[in-house]
Amino acid sequence: MVQYTHDHFNASFAALSDITRRGVLEQLARGDASITDLADRFDMTLTGMKKHVGVLEQAGLVTTEKIGRVRTCRIGPCRLEEETAWMERFRQLWDARFDALDQVLEDLKRKEKTDARKKRK
Amino acid sequence: MNKQTRIERTSGRELVVTRTFDAPARLVFEAWSTAEVFKQWWVPKSMGMTLHAVEMDVRVGGRYRLNFGDGMDFFGRYVEVSPHSRLAWTNEEGGEAGPVTTVTFEEKDGKTWLTVHELYPSEEALDAAGTGAAEAMRETFAQLDELLAARIAGSV
Repeated sequence: MVQYTHDHFNASFAALSDITRRGVLEQLARGDASITDLADRFDMTLTGMKKHVGVLEQAGLVTTEKIGRVRTCRIGPCRLEEETAWMERFRQLWDARFDALDQVLEDLKRKEKTDARKKRK
Repeated sequence: MNKQTRIERTSGRELVVTRTFDAPARLVFEAWSTAEVFKQWWVPKSMGMTLHAVEMDVRVGGRYRLNFGDGMDFFGRYVEVSPHSRLAWTNEEGGEAGPVTTVTFEEKDGKTWLTVHELYPSEEALDAAGTGAAEAMRETFAQLDELLAARIAGSV
């Protein structure tokens, strides 16, 4: 079970590490779409989009179904929440840290300007 | 300027955090490598912890130590130091499970693109770090809730 979760996590992270694949997920969250629709929307070849969808499908994030000549994609059974929550914790920490760093940098810039003015005098 | 913090687990063992700062690399580097400046931002108030002391010997092989009081220390040594462009250190408080942190500073048009890369010795170590951070965040928010509740109760 632990191992399953582990592999599952890795597959999901790998699937989510690509900006197009994240876009595809966002798109499918709004409604089902065919591979052709997705390829058009992301300005990509059919082969390229098939690869991306394949990675998402393997991670359980997307399912596909072929009806006639059209392969329809929809959001898969694997919920994103676990992974998102995990990353969200790190993001909150770094976000807060970097906001504080912004303030510190403003101080440093101001100090540098004042020092430069003093030197010129 | 987009100041969004991006965070990605680029592999089982790696975590990458990126962000742009509106300051030259020289100043951003200073904020990471000068103890008294670093102390001002590394532990944001929302974390509910206080950084008591920071010691930094910023040169290859030099050691650093962050003290949070009550004998809680984070420490390690610098493995790479290239002024204004690159800084890397080990995290040794957790024994061998600690990551190596590499920070790169890339300046463009007076702004700095910062990348924090953490490489863990194993996938398990990174998973555990995520869980640890989760608990720390939950505790922090719980503390904050309590504090706010006490304030509100006190003001009534």
